[in-house]
Amino acid sequence: MTAAFDRLRGGVPAKRHNARTIAALTANPGCTRRAVLDAAGIDKPRLAERIGFPGNFGQSRFALARGNGFEAMLKADGCALLLSVLRDVLHLDEPAVSYDDLGEDDDATLGARHGRTRDLLAAAAGAALIDHPLLTLQVAGRSVFLEPDLIAFHAGGRLHVVEIKSFAIVDGQADSAKVSAAAVQAAVYVLALRRLLADLGHDPALVSHDAVLVCPRDFSLQPTAVLVDVRKQLSTLKRQLARLASVSELAAALPDDLSFDTALPPETLTAALARVGAKYAPECLSACELAAFCRHEATGTTAALGRPVRDALGGVDTVAEALALAAGTATPPEELAEAAALLQAAARLRAEAVGAATP
Amino acid sequence: MRHLHLHERPLVLVPYTMAGEPNAPLAAMVGTAEDDPRLLVVAQPRNRDDRFAFAARLAEVLVPYADSFTAVAEPVAVDRGRDVRCRFTDAPQLWVPNPGGVDFLRLFGRSTRFRTTEGEYAVPASVPLLGRWLTFFANSAEVPGSSLLLNAVQALTSHWVTGQSSAEDAQLAALMGWLAPPPGMSVFAAAARAEDPAVTPPAGPATDPSFDNHVLAPLLSVAEPDVAALTEVLRGQLLPTWTLMWRALGLLRTLPPGSRVAGRWDGDRDAYSAFVQHLADGGPPQPRRDGAVAAAARLSRLENAAARYAVQRAFDDPLVMAEYRLAGAAFTAEVTLAKADRIDDTGKRPVLRPRIMVVTTEPVRVAPGAALTSPARPAQKATVISVTAADGPKTEVLLELSGGMGRKLVAEPGSVPEVGERLLLTTLSEAYRPGAAFPEPDRTPWTHGGPPGPD
Repeated sequence: MTAAFDRLRGGVPAKRHNARTIAALTANPGCTRRAVLDAAGIDKPRLAERIGFPGNFGQSRFALARGNGFEAMLKADGCALLLSVLRDVLHLDEPAVSYDDLGEDDDATLGARHGRTRDLLAAAAGAALIDHPLLTLQVAGRSVFLEPDLIAFHAGGRLHVVEIKSFAIVDGQADSAKVSAAAVQAAVYVLALRRLLADLGHDPALVSHDAVLVCPRDFSLQPTAVLVDVRKQLSTLKRQLARLASVSELAAALPDDLSFDTALPPETLTAALARVGAKYAPECLSACELAAFCRHEATGTTAALGRPVRDALGGVDTVAEALALAAGTATPPEELAEAAALLQAAARLRAEAVGAATP
Repeated sequence: MRHLHLHERPLVLVPYTMAGEPNAPLAAMVGTAEDDPRLLVVAQPRNRDDRFAFAARLAEVLVPYADSFTAVAEPVAVDRGRDVRCRFTDAPQLWVPNPGGVDFLRLFGRSTRFRTTEGEYAVPASVPLLGRWLTFFANSAEVPGSSLLLNAVQALTSHWVTGQSSAEDAQLAALMGWLAPPPGMSVFAAAARAEDPAVTPPAGPATDPSFDNHVLAPLLSVAEPDVAALTEVLRGQLLPTWTLMWRALGLLRTLPPGSRVAGRWDGDRDAYSAFVQHLADGGPPQPRRDGAVAAAARLSRLENAAARYAVQRAFDDPLVMAEYRLAGAAFTAEVTLAKADRIDDTGKRPVLRPRIMVVTTEPVRVAPGAALTSPARPAQKATVISVTAADGPKTEVLLELSGGMGRKLVAEPGSVPEVGERLLLTTLSEAYRPGAAFPEPDRTPWTHGGPPGPD
């Protein structure tokens, strides 16, 4: 399995996954191109740049600084502030809570850190905060390390995933898009933790499906915590990961000479991409680094105009075809006869209305 | 056909915020004339004193503008003429580039309207007042068909369609690239140009990340930022959007207004007059969150407004009506028979109930008993008596008319359609819908949390 992916990638090492990239896998599940490229761990931003469609996926350093500052504030003094909000939201009254920071380290010691994570989780008796644990998840038939900036909180025999985010909760409400993104990421950690516990011979249900989201409150830096139920995100994620397993078969079925090695000339890469089908939708623009290329490729199709348009014109794939059917210049195949009649009626009504509006 | 009121003297506001911070203003370009933009800049967006100083300066522009329409009032009869209330003859109109701008104003209103003007963290009196005005505008922007606070993206996309998806239309520059490309440039080139943040700065309120990292960060990293330099780079970012905003307004001005636009603007003037009165009476600022009863009443008002706006748009605009005709909710038909003097005397009193027969070739998806109206005679109701398929694609519909024909037993001339007249009939109706009855706040049922507490 992995051999096929290594071949697709060429000589470059695979990109490491994190919760964000795993979460992104659940977007646009119909796209084979994305599934194959992601499963193979191909550097998509670099690939997009090579083929002349550089993405614009930067993050402002102000946002990063604030996020880091907020996290540092919560974790200062052995997580004193974080603990106080956790106590409130989880109704805890355990006096002593241990805090273990497993630290960030380089690729060489990943295995050791994962080992320490396992030991700590296996040994944890009282309330414990475990910072920077290293988890693994099976993605497309291989085990990948997850680099979570997460804290697993162990209390009362239950494990909670704590997700620190720097967007504000104002009057109990936050930006729904950001909350749902955070929920998907938390679900990735919940799943990885559950698999780890199962490996250790514990009951995976010990990991709560209620993730704790810690955010600044209103317009201050005061933290506030809320529980987010991630059961729905969990089931989506499981389904997508199961699907990715089948992607590895798909990749194995791709021709042997196919490669997305970014050292190859752009024309070769573009030709290689054309051999793996994509399913472009405008939503991709904010989620996938290759979107600009796929959009260019999808020019003139009804899908490029968005899902509502594509669904309304079900079966009619290109704008030219839709116009021809509306004008009556193309003979519709049997299954499109009804759609063609509707398009012609629409064209007639439009002509009438435009004629009426400009006498 | 234009479906919104376009003010003679609108206030255009292009806000920019600091990335990462919740609602920290960075800059705003504001003014009522294209050649006179006023640029407000916050030297240290993370400093709350600077933030409220920005609010005070924005208040200097916005509050006098919002107050400047109270000179002339007109009496309006209410309660069927038994009472009279005053309504100002004009109202303010704010324009922001996109829905994000509306959200910014709502949050900025929330962060300023509860500020105290006394004590340790005192702010100028204009700041909480600005907050209340912004909240008023942001709340009215939620009402479908209201023209007090408008955003250019929504205003343009509800009048024109482009060959790109709605996600791409959400960028004002890309949208304007399609609608009015620069001379000598194709729409594709214009849209592609609009997507490059290095060429076309985003319309805000979010900044371009690479602008943040390469231009803004070095300027803000020192203790005393160089305000002149900061103002210059921010002017460069905001000015293209400012120009686009005025071009968008100019584009909208080329459309003739729909006949029902003025009626909706009357409603906006009512809301404005009531809010000015509320401020003059020393009323409290809008609450953080509505109580259960207030929220239900507001939702009901919004639903009514949405339904009314949808119908009025269709009645005003044949292109909008075409969508309903395609879906079978409306059809045009020719009157083939008309009995204008038919009297129904089966009830206690005889009533005038003319019947007409219409024939149409369009799909008719109405059942007997359905009530239809015609935009030409909005007060008249036509009840479907029977629908029969005639030869070929034709359908005959028998209708009974009521209302809109005067009070006598003989119809006023012209009030009953004549043979040969072409009619547009639709299931949409402009008829007044009474608001639902809600309990008083102190009688909130326990299912909704019970009466609100003393806080």
